[in-house]
Amino acid sequence: MKPQPFLRTFVFPAALCALGLLAAMATVLQYSLRAYVPGSLEAGGLTFDNFSALLKPLYARVFIDTVWICFLTAACTLLVAYPIAYALVHAQNRLIKAAILIIAVTPLFLGEVVRTYSWIVVLGNNGFINSVLLKLGLIDRPLQIMFTTFAVVTALVHVTLPVMVIMLAAALAHIDPTFEKAAQSLGAGPIRAFLTVTLPLSTPGIIAGVTTAFAWTFSAFATPQLIGGGQVNMISNLVYQLGLASFNFPFAASLSVAGLALTFAILSLLRIVARPFDKFGPH
Amino acid sequence: MLGIAGTLAVLTILGFVILPAAVVTLAAFNDKALLAFPPESWSWRWFAKALAYEDFRSGVRNGLIVAGWASSIALLVGTTFAFALDRYSFPLKRTLEAVLLSSLIVPHFTIGLGFLILAAQIGWARGFAVVIACHVVLVLPFVLRSVYVSLRNLDQKLELAAASLGASPARVLATVTLPLLAPGLVGGWLLAAILSFNEFTASLFVTAQRTQTLPVAMYNYVREYADPSMAALSVLYIVATATLLTLANAYLGLGKVLNVESRR
Repeated sequence: MKPQPFLRTFVFPAALCALGLLAAMATVLQYSLRAYVPGSLEAGGLTFDNFSALLKPLYARVFIDTVWICFLTAACTLLVAYPIAYALVHAQNRLIKAAILIIAVTPLFLGEVVRTYSWIVVLGNNGFINSVLLKLGLIDRPLQIMFTTFAVVTALVHVTLPVMVIMLAAALAHIDPTFEKAAQSLGAGPIRAFLTVTLPLSTPGIIAGVTTAFAWTFSAFATPQLIGGGQVNMISNLVYQLGLASFNFPFAASLSVAGLALTFAILSLLRIVARPFDKFGPH
Repeated sequence: MLGIAGTLAVLTILGFVILPAAVVTLAAFNDKALLAFPPESWSWRWFAKALAYEDFRSGVRNGLIVAGWASSIALLVGTTFAFALDRYSFPLKRTLEAVLLSSLIVPHFTIGLGFLILAAQIGWARGFAVVIACHVVLVLPFVLRSVYVSLRNLDQKLELAAASLGASPARVLATVTLPLLAPGLVGGWLLAAILSFNEFTASLFVTAQRTQTLPVAMYNYVREYADPSMAALSVLYIVATATLLTLANAYLGLGKVLNVESRR
């Protein structure tokens, strides 16, 4: 179909939105380079102070912790999501398929606060896990699970699971099922067929899933805020404390810019590491 | 086909997924004002309290206003841009697309901070407009993807047939294209509305006391009080969401929307 002139006007709304987003991002960039004036929302003159302050051990540690938590979450989510995605794609019964899909996907639509709060009820000192362990007599006093990295990662895995399941299932769904059958007809057991045929073919999906999980987790706020309770801090929590609690917009902005740079660096790294695996995908 | 071990693994993992929801449901019915396990006495009073709490009610109202406007605007922008992406070539097309999709990767706290500072700098009052603008930017990628996929699957021969029978481009659009796109449009709008209503991190930055959405109201509540009202509200949330998703699966086919249907 030849392009129609009225399509020109169809670009304007989108361009307007893009302008809005770019303006917001430009503001963050601009403020990161300006001085903090205590007690005021206005910022002072141009300075690199905000960025040099980031090199202090206190803040550098938060960056390292954030990256570590993101990788841990992405890896654990992959391990847990793969079986679900596999079951989802290979289930024969329509009802079972629907049940798995809805159970796996519902947490995604519950919103951060409900999910995080539910985990507090599970992990707290008076919560589910401690109550069960105390009743069974396995422990004398409640275990301190809240405010630990373990608790934060567990809740984050729960949050990231639906996304990873969807991406893995989409990749697995596009693998021709006859490949695995062919492998089995040639004598491979089901496990060997899976490891040598299905798993390599699903590599693009795995990489897409891990990348998305990493970016998604980096953005997490409610979970580390409520479950970390100030003891496990990610960059998002720091931005909130400094931006909204102390109104130190310039420093919060510089944290955001540094965080963005870090994310892009790591995602690019992931892309480079993944390149040799590209040839494994279905052609 | 999965074997005993595989089935067990899947059931355990699904159990892990359901665990918080199940626990919160039990906690919501506890008569005492503590988050204790298991409840000694059962009561509906936390549900009554949660439904009557003014901050939660205004949170729902504000959330519906923001979600309604944001998803509708995003639908308009996303649909028009999807058409332009599919059928029109213009300079910087891929750049514009990349900018609009970037909100998927940029953390919500950064976007929220950006809109907050931007509004302060240009003297924009912290009302609904800022919140809606922020949400539009956040949900647009989802609407765009949904509509674009529908558009790509559209058989253009149908449009050409209508045109060859004498319909003007506008008439083709109204009577052939848009009705065929309806599932993608509705699905995209619904997804955007749900994501906007539940959006928390960016909303925390851009909402003020009077434009507070429900997630922000819930967060403020959890920080101050420890009674099971939040548990009751969470249960209502879970039931509503699961119902919505079940209906969506029955009528729209969630599997198709999320692109997880397998080849047979």
